[in-house]
Amino acid sequence: MKRGLTLAWLLFLASVPLWLDNLYILHVLIMTGIFVIAAMSLNLLLGYTGQLSLGHVAFFGIGAYVSSLTTLGFSVHLLPDWQVSADPKPVWFGMLLGTVVAGLFGWAIGRLAFKVRGAYFVIVTISFAEVIRLVALNWVELTQGPMALNNIPYLRLGIPEVFEVAFLRKPANYYLVLAVGILCYIIIRRLVKSRAGRAMIALRENEPLASSVGVDVTRYLVLATVVSAAMAGAAGTLYAHYVRIVDPDVFLFIYTVTMVIMVISGGKGTLAGPVVGGIIFGLLPEVLRSARVPPEMQWVVYGVLMILVVYFLPQGIVPAVRDWWLSRRAADAPDVPAEATTKAASR
Amino acid sequence: MDQFLQHVLNALILGGTYALLGIGLTLIFGIMRVVNFAHGELYAFGAYMMYLWVMVLGTNFYLALPLAVLLGVMLGALMEFVLLRKMRGADIDTTMLIMIGAWIALQNTQQLTWTGVAKSIDSPFPTSPLVLGSVSVSWNRLFVFIVALALIGATYVIINRTRLGKAMRATFQDRDTAALMGVDINRIYTATFALGSGLAAAAGALLGPVFVVYPTMGDLASLKAFAIVILGGLGSIPGATIGGFILAFMEELGAGYVSSGYRDAMGFLLIIIILLVKPTGLFAQKERIG
Repeated sequence: MKRGLTLAWLLFLASVPLWLDNLYILHVLIMTGIFVIAAMSLNLLLGYTGQLSLGHVAFFGIGAYVSSLTTLGFSVHLLPDWQVSADPKPVWFGMLLGTVVAGLFGWAIGRLAFKVRGAYFVIVTISFAEVIRLVALNWVELTQGPMALNNIPYLRLGIPEVFEVAFLRKPANYYLVLAVGILCYIIIRRLVKSRAGRAMIALRENEPLASSVGVDVTRYLVLATVVSAAMAGAAGTLYAHYVRIVDPDVFLFIYTVTMVIMVISGGKGTLAGPVVGGIIFGLLPEVLRSARVPPEMQWVVYGVLMILVVYFLPQGIVPAVRDWWLSRRAADAPDVPAEATTKAASR
Repeated sequence: MDQFLQHVLNALILGGTYALLGIGLTLIFGIMRVVNFAHGELYAFGAYMMYLWVMVLGTNFYLALPLAVLLGVMLGALMEFVLLRKMRGADIDTTMLIMIGAWIALQNTQQLTWTGVAKSIDSPFPTSPLVLGSVSVSWNRLFVFIVALALIGATYVIINRTRLGKAMRATFQDRDTAALMGVDINRIYTATFALGSGLAAAAGALLGPVFVVYPTMGDLASLKAFAIVILGGLGSIPGATIGGFILAFMEELGAGYVSSGYRDAMGFLLIIIILLVKPTGLFAQKERIG
């Protein structure tokens, strides 16, 4: 039953470009998909280890910049008379490198930032993202600063001259994002259902207790950060080669906030939560736009919705719906104690 | 050497308003355990109210300043009442998310009301600066510095010399015991949030005429306030005061001798370094949380 539902959902997603001929909506769906991947990666940290990282957009931007620079090539003076240059590399290599470099940054930040917790951790991650943004803005020789990196090549896969798929048009990019999204979903699912995932959840629930029974706190937190950062970086590389222009605005704090809203509203610590939240908050701006709501008003709505979600659905949409579904089922089948089912469902 | 002295003087002047921002934030965190992401919006609100009174309604500059601060106090009290009162027992992440929501909503309301165009506010001060030997300072900045110092002093008096301040300090040390001793916690929380917001609005109202007023001006103010508070240790008022001046010195000297583009990065580098070396801040009264 559940498997069939998943399959039907996937088939529906895969069929979208076949019947949807409005390219603008397809573009919105691609951007939503990219943000869903970023939100899923944030959920690994926020939902499963319980660490609120508000610098997540830094990994997204690092992925985008590394991949763009690798495929465009660059030449930069590290010291006045020491020049480093690189020739353009293929796009798949750039995307891989962007993902890996974002993961490395995740490792470094994890090692450093997990010395502190709570509000301090939040502020370290924000500071990190802001420093990276200012570097992207000011290191003009490398990043072109506010002039942005233009003409970023699109992805081509296959053997040149023989058989090549070009990810230039929207349907191809849609399938690319969908494939990466499914891959990320599977990785996160395997991770959180593994021993490491249980260790992360134990840390979230009670860190002193978890460490007292031998869970290596730093190791699992850093592992989660590396995977999460690499995924956000991958989302960034998808963004760079789809939009094909990258400027320091990819580091804007508001994007982190968007990801956080997606995760919280969908349900942190659930696999489907960021997907549901991501689709709702990815499409909401377009719904508001078609209702001719000015952009500032959209953001006001975002902020108010965020407060309302925290007030009324503190666990998020997915757990709320699941609880409602299970309690209804429990009411239908009286031999199952209702209390036990809801208790099991609340986590 | 003259250049260095000028930087020091600029930093001293800037440090006063930074300290105001930091004290407001550290009060709210220390007493209420709320990480107030909307703090910078109160700063922007103060600046816009100054614009409203001086430029739109044509009120006297010296009258507009206390009016703007008063409106900031009222907005703070309202926010506490509407957003935080029902969330008393909630954990720190939950209230943080509420404040992030409030920040986005407030900032965009301001953008909607005043448009994104930067506004400048006329001030009644002479344009020729005050020259002291080899350094000079504008009269407007000098006024900002003096008022900021006066407000810092007033905050110290409120916290250390009044009944309200005593109740605040008691709540800071132990909320439940304070409640048992008859302190009305709800009243203390509203007063704390209003006071902290008023200080942020005062910083905005003071700096509005020096710089320009624009809707996203609160973002950097928030982040700098966090830097100051972490530097001084969360919940420490002397720490926030000194932290404000340290941040101003780092920014001013960093902009003067390293690169002006990285001026705003100084605060964040400072946060990262402090948290790695001494996570409790320089003057912490309590252990780090979490």
